[in-house]
Amino acid sequence: MTSRIAHIASNTFREAVRDRVLYNLIVFALLMSAAAVVVGQISIDIERLVVINLGLTAVSLFGMVIAIFIGIGLVSKEIERRTLYTVLSRPVRRWEFIVGKFFGLAGTLAVNTFFMAIGVFVALLYVSHHFQQQDRWVLVALYFIILQFLILTALTLFFSSFSSPLLSAVFAFSLFVIGSFAEDLRGFAGMTHGATRWLATGAAYLVPNFSALNVITSVAHSQPVSGQLVLDNSAYALVYTAMAICGAVLVFEHRNLK
Amino acid sequence: MSRSQRVTVIFSVFLASSLIASVLLLRRVDQVRTGATLEEVLYISSPQALRRLSLGYNGLLADIYWTRAVQYYGNKHHDGARRFDLLAPLLEITTVLDPQLLVAYEYGANFLAPKPPNGAGMPDRAIALEEFGILNNPDAWQLYYNVGFIHYMELKNYAGAAEAFARGAQRPNAHPFLAMLAGKMAEHAGDRQMARMMWSTSYQTTKDINVRANAAAHLRALQVDEDVTNLEALNARYQQQTGRFPSSFSELEAAGLLRGTPLDPLGQSYKLMPDGRVELRTPDDFPFIEKGMPFDYTPPPSPKILPSD
Repeated sequence: MTSRIAHIASNTFREAVRDRVLYNLIVFALLMSAAAVVVGQISIDIERLVVINLGLTAVSLFGMVIAIFIGIGLVSKEIERRTLYTVLSRPVRRWEFIVGKFFGLAGTLAVNTFFMAIGVFVALLYVSHHFQQQDRWVLVALYFIILQFLILTALTLFFSSFSSPLLSAVFAFSLFVIGSFAEDLRGFAGMTHGATRWLATGAAYLVPNFSALNVITSVAHSQPVSGQLVLDNSAYALVYTAMAICGAVLVFEHRNLK
Repeated sequence: MSRSQRVTVIFSVFLASSLIASVLLLRRVDQVRTGATLEEVLYISSPQALRRLSLGYNGLLADIYWTRAVQYYGNKHHDGARRFDLLAPLLEITTVLDPQLLVAYEYGANFLAPKPPNGAGMPDRAIALEEFGILNNPDAWQLYYNVGFIHYMELKNYAGAAEAFARGAQRPNAHPFLAMLAGKMAEHAGDRQMARMMWSTSYQTTKDINVRANAAAHLRALQVDEDVTNLEALNARYQQQTGRFPSSFSELEAAGLLRGTPLDPLGQSYKLMPDGRVELRTPDDFPFIEKGMPFDYTPPPSPKILPSD
């Protein structure tokens, strides 16, 4: 079972690399170099802040785009090319296919993030001339970004298990936007009464809370991230990801592929 | 040349020509739309709306707005502008997007408070900006110092300045100067000694070369004002004794009123005028002076700030 999942995951990773997904690293490298060199000349005293804010925002946004645009094709492309039937005619269960696809894309994003993280730290070294102890919080922010990718990848996979690529992209992107407002949503829910309150609170807890996983601005100011938040966010991301993958598996198991 | 190569060459030439033509046309369009400068537009003026629209990437957006504020102020200041309409909104957006961006409060107040052309002439907005900073960063003593500084220099509100310095002095890790300034304020409010102490504090506590150069220019101006006041007083005394003004500083020396030829802070001798006034040889090098200027002197639109030592 594990080897079958690993096999599907490695194929997904290879396919993403073949699709030149990692080319985004070139754009990222150019962006970081430009930021590191130019900002000092056009602004005042924010070189380090810009490198961290821009670097982490770019890591996050590039990864989101990859997660959504690769994720939406993970199932539909296999159906379109009819390669899915070849895979499923072998002793591969449908849930193994979904889980393998998830790990393949998650791995692609992790590798992509790893190289981008190197770029962020090189730019940081260029503007600060040395690393500081508080730079370790940038690693925590990067870890949280990877947790966001896991959730978004699982959600995209869930949508792509029953919907067209275009609609899956719309759903996933909408959930990303709504998830960024998750805390506001909870605030709105608190202002309502009766059944509306229950519904609004339910919706607020159902959408992924991406805002809790975004500590970019605070780490840019060298503010520490508590160990408790790291633990809680990790647990939340894993549970939410598992939930979305379970949903994808359930839908895909009962989908008529004929 | 093969057919494929010919197509490549032809389309490459077309591509390059189109690129050049589009740039030239855009420059022409810019000339036609002279009044339509994008600089004077704030597409979204609500800081709260922008914060929400940033989808959590508010830190980067704040950096962009801060850079925009710096560029806006820099361009206006360079042109000797009297109006800085967008400066306060840009700074307010920046600080709402990232309330911990201390640099925006520190420099932003320096851009907002002074009278044009050195700043926007909005000391009240500058104080409001700093108070918002204090609300979000209560332990940043520099913000209290800036509030006191604006009260003192721009509003001549010495009680307000003393109160701000006293508030700042209570914060942990506050600079010892704050307590001293709060104490001295009651005693020396409004005099040149106090102003010198304030600018010296700015000079010593800042890490930025521009702020230091500005403080140095103010300290030089205070020195000139004091020198000119003292020298003109000596000339008046000489006139009382001799019935005429001295024609050179050596006459003052000979009369025992002065020791040596007085030099301005940049090392040039002062000019002694026939009517007893004292003037600087290069007043352009001393922005912010109140004395020592020729009668017909017009300061340059943008003050000449020399680099600090």
